[in-house]
Amino acid sequence: MSKQEIVLNVNGVDYELKVNVTATLADVLREEIGLTGTKIMCNEGECGACTVLINGTPVLSCMMLAIEAEGKEILTIEGMADPDTGELHPIQKAFAERSGMQCGVCTPGMILTAKALIDENPDPTEGEVREALSGNLCRCGNYQRITECVLIAAENLNKRSAK
Amino acid sequence: MGQSECFRPKTVEEVISLLSEYGEKAEIIAGGTDSLVRMKKGDTPPDLFINIGEIQELNYIQYDDKDGLRIGAGTPIRSIVNSSLIKERFDILSHAAGTLGTPTIRRQATIGGNLCNAAPSADMAPSLIVLGAQLKINGSEGQKSMSVEGFFTGPGQTRLNRNEILTEIHIPNPMPRSRAVYLKQTRSQGADLAIVGVAAMVVTDGEVIKDVKICLGAVAPTPVRAKKAEEILKGKKPDDDLLEACSGAALLESSPIDDVRSSAAYREKLIKVLVKRAIKKVTESEE
Repeated sequence: MSKQEIVLNVNGVDYELKVNVTATLADVLREEIGLTGTKIMCNEGECGACTVLINGTPVLSCMMLAIEAEGKEILTIEGMADPDTGELHPIQKAFAERSGMQCGVCTPGMILTAKALIDENPDPTEGEVREALSGNLCRCGNYQRITECVLIAAENLNKRSAK
Repeated sequence: MGQSECFRPKTVEEVISLLSEYGEKAEIIAGGTDSLVRMKKGDTPPDLFINIGEIQELNYIQYDDKDGLRIGAGTPIRSIVNSSLIKERFDILSHAAGTLGTPTIRRQATIGGNLCNAAPSADMAPSLIVLGAQLKINGSEGQKSMSVEGFFTGPGQTRLNRNEILTEIHIPNPMPRSRAVYLKQTRSQGADLAIVGVAAMVVTDGEVIKDVKICLGAVAPTPVRAKKAEEILKGKKPDDDLLEACSGAALLESSPIDDVRSSAAYREKLIKVLVKRAIKKVTESEE
């Protein structure tokens, strides 16, 4: 099997890898690097569970070849907390404190999609949150609280940046 | 899997020379949202992926008063949704693009990919067909032009040759006093493929329909024009009887199948409903 050597920058760390050209980014993150926070559910672009941020924008990692992610900054759920203190990101905190997850499988994708939304639009309306998360399926049906968590997180982030 | 190689050319010219060299062994991949699904479902991956995602000269939206709208084949669907120019002048395209996939899919998927993947339900196709869009195709033998309507030959099949690449979609300016709409029925309100999609464009003179184009998606091996249904409307003032006749004719021009999204019988009912609804929408007064 011919493999390609690539370097992936995930959460600020460079990983030197040998991957199949046909391997998806989701598979490489989980199986080669061992970052299993990124979930694979439908594996065909329907559910959003595998969402990661690439150069700040959400991408379905099951719909992208790993080799295409070379040279880009990849952020997964493992990279959300403060790398020095381990303190959770305000979006993670909101989900933890207000039960933004039930089974938790959709949560990493939800949180990363929400981060991209808030980075782009720091003060989203409920409608904008619902629209941004419309490609992320929660099979527990916890949408109401997920939406609330994102709104609260946005508010908390605004307070923090105002300080 | 695993024998494949991937090239990331920076220009269309490089793509064409790779296509000429590798022929059937190569496959162009843009956003990957269709090709990777096909591969996971068991299609043999090509020996060579030609990833065109980094070709800047394929990613543009240009507008000229005389010439109309030109969209690079590698333009992400999201750029079409977000373009205020397209929203203002080609609202049907803006709307159709907004119904395609999810917000994240729309960042990855491209307009050229939606057409070249040639799904019978492709959301961009019916609207482009009623707008009379033309495709620019580049290959080792030069450049050619083809209508979107004539592009599809079957599910997943197009007239694009192995050594060619779709580079641009050209949409002429709409006729004065024309209106167009795309109606898409899905199983849920969220992201889904169309059970039936109907695009309609009319040019009116007072209450009379001077010209009309109707295109049906997801109800035949390719998107299809409902030309007999169009003929029924031309030169007439639409009323309930005329719309009934027109939608009946449209049904006869379709060949819907049963699949995971819908039965053929339900599709047949929907075709009639959506054709009537579409014509009403583009002919009723704007107030």
